[in-house]
Amino acid sequence: MTLIDKDVIAKKRPGRQSRNQILKWLFFLCTMFGLAVLILLIADTLMDGWDRLNMDFLTNFNSSRAENAGFFGAIIGSLWLMLVTAPVAIILSVGTALYLEEYAPKNKITDFIKINISNLAGVPSVVFGLLGLAMFVRALALGNSVLAAGLTLALMILPVIVVSAQEAIRAVPESVREASVGMGATKWQTVSRIILPAAIPGIITGIILALSRAIGETAPLVVIGVPTTLLVTPTSVLDSFQAMPMQIYSWVKMPAEEFQYIAAAGIIVLLVILLLMNSVAIFIRNKFSKRY
Amino acid sequence: MKKNLFLAALLMSLMFILAACSDSGSEEDTGSEDASTEEGTESEGTEESTEESTEEDTEDESAEGGSSAEVTGTVNEDDEQIAGEGSSTVFPILNLLVEDFNADHGVAVELGGNGTGSGFSALIEGSAQFANASRGIEQEEIDALEEAGIEWTEFLVATDGLTVAVNPANDFVEDLTFEELKMIYSGEATNWSDVREDFPEEPITAYGPDQSHGTHDFFNEEVMEEEGVQGQLIQDTNQVVSSVVGDENAIGFFGYSFYQENQDSLKAVSISGPDSEEAVEPSFENVMDFSYPLSRPLYVYADNAVLEENETFHTFMEFTLKNSQSAAEEVGYVPLEDAALEEELAKLPNLEQ
Repeated sequence: MTLIDKDVIAKKRPGRQSRNQILKWLFFLCTMFGLAVLILLIADTLMDGWDRLNMDFLTNFNSSRAENAGFFGAIIGSLWLMLVTAPVAIILSVGTALYLEEYAPKNKITDFIKINISNLAGVPSVVFGLLGLAMFVRALALGNSVLAAGLTLALMILPVIVVSAQEAIRAVPESVREASVGMGATKWQTVSRIILPAAIPGIITGIILALSRAIGETAPLVVIGVPTTLLVTPTSVLDSFQAMPMQIYSWVKMPAEEFQYIAAAGIIVLLVILLLMNSVAIFIRNKFSKRY
Repeated sequence: MKKNLFLAALLMSLMFILAACSDSGSEEDTGSEDASTEEGTESEGTEESTEESTEEDTEDESAEGGSSAEVTGTVNEDDEQIAGEGSSTVFPILNLLVEDFNADHGVAVELGGNGTGSGFSALIEGSAQFANASRGIEQEEIDALEEAGIEWTEFLVATDGLTVAVNPANDFVEDLTFEELKMIYSGEATNWSDVREDFPEEPITAYGPDQSHGTHDFFNEEVMEEEGVQGQLIQDTNQVVSSVVGDENAIGFFGYSFYQENQDSLKAVSISGPDSEEAVEPSFENVMDFSYPLSRPLYVYADNAVLEENETFHTFMEFTLKNSQSAAEEVGYVPLEDAALEEELAKLPNLEQ
C-alpha cells in the first residue's frame, strides 16, 4: 500500500515548481513596480526643484515674482499647525483607545462605538474640512486660525490613531495584565506601568502615520479658507497662517512656468520634513521598545 | 532596529547636505534686498531709510515701471487685519500688490486664491474684506450680500483676454466665430469638418477649465449662452494648456497669461464675436481696448463699511488701484487704460472730513 505515488509526484513536480517560480517573479515585479514609480516621482521632483532649493527659498515669504518666492511662511505655519494637532489628537485618541480596550464594558454599545470609529478612519478629508468649517470656523467663530485648522486636522486623524492604539493595547498579553492585577494593582496602575509602556511602540507608529497624513493634507485647509499669501508668521494659535500643501497647490496653479519648479522645491522640503518627523518618531519608538 | 537607526541617521545627514547646498545658492543676487524687505516688515515705518531702499530695489527689479506709486492715505496699526479671498486668475496680481504694500507700509494683508465663488462667500460671511473676481457679481451673490447687510463697491483692476488656442500643428484653424465655438463646446461638432466644410475630417478634443473657475463661467455666459460647456473640463488650468500642447486635434481656452507663458507651444485663434465685423486676434492692444470679443474685466469687490472705517484698508485699495497697471503687466495681464483707472479711483470714498 503506497499512500504516495512517486510517479505522479515526479510528473507534477516540474509544473508546480515552474508555477512557483512564475509567481515569485510576479510578486517581485509587483513590489518593484510601486518602488520604481516612487523613485521616478522623487527623481523627477528632485530634478525640477533642486535648482530652486537654497537658503532664500527657505527664508523668503511667498511672492508673485518667481525669483523671490519662498516657503518660509508655509513651513512655520505648518509647524504651528502640528503644534495644535499633535497634542490634541494624541491625548484624545490614546484616551479613547484606553477607555475602549481597558475600561469599557464588553457589550453591544461598545462594539457599535468601535465599528463607527473604524468607519470614521475612512471618511474623506474634505468631509472633515466641512465639519471644521461649520463647527470651528463658523459656530465657535475661530476664523481661519491655527486653532480651527489644527482641531479639524486633529479630528481627521483621531480615528487612525485610535484604531492603531487599540491594536497595540490588545496585543499586550492577557497574562501580563492578570499578573499586574494579581499583585493588587489598580486599573490605572496596570495601565500606566504595564500596558502603556508595552503598547507605546505600536501607538507611536500610528501617531507617525497619522501626523504624516495631517501635515500633507490640503483639502480640509482649502475648505477652511487658509490664505495662500500671508507675509507674517502667526504669533498665537488664533492668528491665520499658511500651510505647506496649500502653498504647493497654489504654485502649481500659477500660469508662469517657473512656479512649477518652485512647487517641486516645496515638495522636496515637505518630504524632508516628513521624513525627519518619521525618523525622530522611529528613534523614540526604538528607545521605548528597548526598555521593555 | 539597527536598520531603523541607520535610516534615521541617513535622513539627518540628508538634511545637512540640503542645508549646506542651499548656502552656495544665489545668495548674492537676492540676499541684500530680502534683508531690507524683512526689516521693512518688522519695524514698520520707523526707519525711513530702510523703506526707501526697499522701494529702490523694487524699481530696479521690474524695468517696466514697477516702482510703487505714491498713495495719499496712511496706515494705522490698530486697524483690524485685512483679508482677501477669490479668483485664482486675479490672485497673481493681488499677490504682487500685497507684497509691495507690505514692503512699503509694513502691513501684511492675507490673501487666498480659491476661486471667485469662495471669494464672494468669504465677503458675505465677513471673513474677507475684499473679494477678487474674474467675472461680474451674480444676482444670487448680490442678494446674499444685501441680506447680510453688506454694501460693496466694484473695482476694476485689470483686463484679461480669454484666449482660445489650438495645437501649433493645426494649420487649418486661424479664426473662429462664436457660433463655431458653441458648436465645438456643445458637443454638436465632433469632427473639425463639422465646424467648417474645408476643415479636415479629424476628431475634435475640446478642453477647458472646470466649473470652479470664473473663466469657465465667463465662457459659458458669453459663448455658450448659459447652456453649459461640454468637453474635458480640468481643475488645474496648467493641465488644460498641456493637454492642448500634447494633442494635435485639441482646442482649449484659458486666461491670457496662460497663453502668454506658453506662446511657443500654442497657436492662438482669432475670434469674431456676434458684433464684430472680422476676427480679432488676442493681442495686448486688442484686449486692452476691448475690441477682442472675449476681453473681460478682472474685479476686486470691497466691503464699503470697512473701506470707510479701516484707514489701512482704504490705503491698501488706493495702493492696489494706483499700482494695478504695473502689477498687471508684470504678471502677464493687460492693464486698465488710464481713463478707466481714473474712474476706478474716483469710486474710493473720500475719507477726509
